[in-house]
Amino acid sequence: MFDIVGKRFRFFLISGAVILIGIISMPFGLKTGIEFSSGSLLTVDFEQEVKQGELKAALADLGYDNVIIQRTGAGDYLIRTEELSTEDKKALKAGLEARFGKLTEPEFSSVSPMIATETVRTAVIAVAVAAVGILLYVTWAFRRMPRPIHYGTCAIIALAHDALVALGVFSILGGILNWQVNMMFITGILAVIGYSVNNTVVIFDRIRENLRLDISVDFETVVNNSLVETLGCSVNTSLTTLVVVLALLFFVGATIQNLVAVLIIGIIAGTFSSICIAPTLLVVWDKREWRRFISWLPIPAARPRR
Amino acid sequence: MTTRNLITLSIVMALFAFALIALFYPLWGREAMRLGLDLQGGLHIVYRADLSSVPEDEQAYVMEGVKEVIDNRINPYGVTEPVLQIQGKDRIVLQLPGIKITDKDKERLSRVALLEFGELAADGEEARWESELGRWKPATGIINGEEKTLTSRYFRENTFIRMSPESGLELVFEWDNEGSKLSKEITGRLKGERLGIFEGDEPLRGEDGRHIAPVVQEVITERGIITGLSRIDADTLSKQLNAGRLPVSLEIIYDQTVSPILGADFIDMSVKAGIIGIILVMLFMMAYYRVSGFLACLALIFYGVIVLAVFKLWPVTLTLAGLGGFILSIGMAVDANVLIFERMKEEVRTGRTLGAAIEAGFNRAWNAIRDSNITTFIVCIILFWVGNSIVGGAAVKGFAVTLGIGVAVSMFSAIVVTRTLLRLFVGGPLSKRTQLFSVWLSKRNV
Repeated sequence: MFDIVGKRFRFFLISGAVILIGIISMPFGLKTGIEFSSGSLLTVDFEQEVKQGELKAALADLGYDNVIIQRTGAGDYLIRTEELSTEDKKALKAGLEARFGKLTEPEFSSVSPMIATETVRTAVIAVAVAAVGILLYVTWAFRRMPRPIHYGTCAIIALAHDALVALGVFSILGGILNWQVNMMFITGILAVIGYSVNNTVVIFDRIRENLRLDISVDFETVVNNSLVETLGCSVNTSLTTLVVVLALLFFVGATIQNLVAVLIIGIIAGTFSSICIAPTLLVVWDKREWRRFISWLPIPAARPRR
Repeated sequence: MTTRNLITLSIVMALFAFALIALFYPLWGREAMRLGLDLQGGLHIVYRADLSSVPEDEQAYVMEGVKEVIDNRINPYGVTEPVLQIQGKDRIVLQLPGIKITDKDKERLSRVALLEFGELAADGEEARWESELGRWKPATGIINGEEKTLTSRYFRENTFIRMSPESGLELVFEWDNEGSKLSKEITGRLKGERLGIFEGDEPLRGEDGRHIAPVVQEVITERGIITGLSRIDADTLSKQLNAGRLPVSLEIIYDQTVSPILGADFIDMSVKAGIIGIILVMLFMMAYYRVSGFLACLALIFYGVIVLAVFKLWPVTLTLAGLGGFILSIGMAVDANVLIFERMKEEVRTGRTLGAAIEAGFNRAWNAIRDSNITTFIVCIILFWVGNSIVGGAAVKGFAVTLGIGVAVSMFSAIVVTRTLLRLFVGGPLSKRTQLFSVWLSKRNV
């Protein structure tokens, strides 16, 4: 029989490290897309092979120093610039054609600061409403538990964990691959929050049931048994979902790349947190284990009296 | 119990058959899936009109005029389902799905509205416009020794429509000082001939597609009347003429242009991803849960067909993110089955018969299934609201709608369909061989 709960501090350490690295990388890695900070995104497909460095130099030559270039799986380039008027865009394309030969423009989008401000406002409201809505629901769903606030709080901590890990890993990968935070990213984060609470609910449900069956006097044993019993469930539900999302990653192009990336990171983080974080936190809370750490405090505090 | 099960089974089969028919034949006029702009290509633009020079009380009317002018500009593209709406006080949303739009098209669509008047060009003369009524050149007159073209800039007030007992519907317009002089000279010269109306490079067209070019009945100085227009034409023309009187510039505040080729690629890729995703999930379910897994696969096929039929009949506008939501929901659809089967396995291990284990498994897994799906619904509702309230939110909305529909149908297919299929085995020869249902009794303690 696995002892999952016994290794809880090791799990907290792993999660803490991932989140910390993610947070440190955010100032460098997280870049907002045009939907949130306005600008234009031009996709170009050159007939000839053009290197990313050459393209960057050519754009600087044309007066676009501050561009972000991203290569798509299909070999197109996404060029992100300040907001381009139709005239600017014609000039830019003519300039590129003069250097690299014929090009086509599969996609172009442009967002003005006015629209971007509206979108940011809506996204902030959405994330807030989603957090509150799920918080209320989870608290309500566990109202018949012996200590509903414990279950609700631990589920929420697990959700926050998933969102932070997704944000952090996206920031690290995005910093390398020039991914940008856009509305699809927010959609992915919300979908992850909605999905990853599922496994936690299933495990908590089993803990509730086993508590009623009175299988052991020790809460830690009850939690660990519940975890092991539902392990097949947790892993298999996540696997089936992960498989289809991976299929999406390999076949579907740049437009929903952010969504798919966030979903993959989030599903993995969610499975981990629902098994290793949320239930083990219940045990920590039940045993008031933070005293183990706080109990160090009196020692330095006693020093001045020496 | 068995008769009830058979009734449920026949209802499920009937639903499935109906969904298949709906997918392959047009029902209620739904010929095909409705595709969003990113999948069929096209243009989505939001304009902000600069109304700073327009008096407050005329703004709504001017916006109507600008909209009519743009409507005239999109006519030549022959788009079947264009969207052209005024949004708020000063915004106009334009969507042209399914066509290739060049930079030149965009400039043409977005320029300031100005109506010009033209006369028929003589043979050999240079023409600026062409319509079914002939070749046209700008109608010009000389004012203070300068040659000027007659345009909508010279209107004094807004034009209006009235009914007259003699000639029916009349569109009345008035020229300002300079316009009067020009009009007097031009209409004096063109009496009995047509005066064509043009917008940019296009002849202005009425509701039926005809070029609007009224015949000059008499010399027009200050006030003129156009007769012989249908109600809709008179209304449209009046708005267009007014839009040209107070030229309003249009600023593009949101622009999304997708080439139809890219859209077709996306559909191709999504279908591949969907099929591969389904096959992988099915292989996994059958390998792990054996007979139960196979039944779950049947339920999954049922699920896929029903969801696609709902998409078509609703109709849901499918976007790339929407297809992503659908494919994601395939993976989530079997989650409920996994929960139930794991529960069944435990029940069989405690010594229950297959029949009892099925019922216990479904009943006890229900709470968890319900709770976990509700959180997904909460998120879908919020995303739907987001998609509706932001400009260019079609992708977010598409994801919310397809994921929401998917989760709803998946609850039905995982619970009703799989249970009904499983019950068929109860009491049969296979039900004693628990390893077929992925239960190995010897491994009682896992």
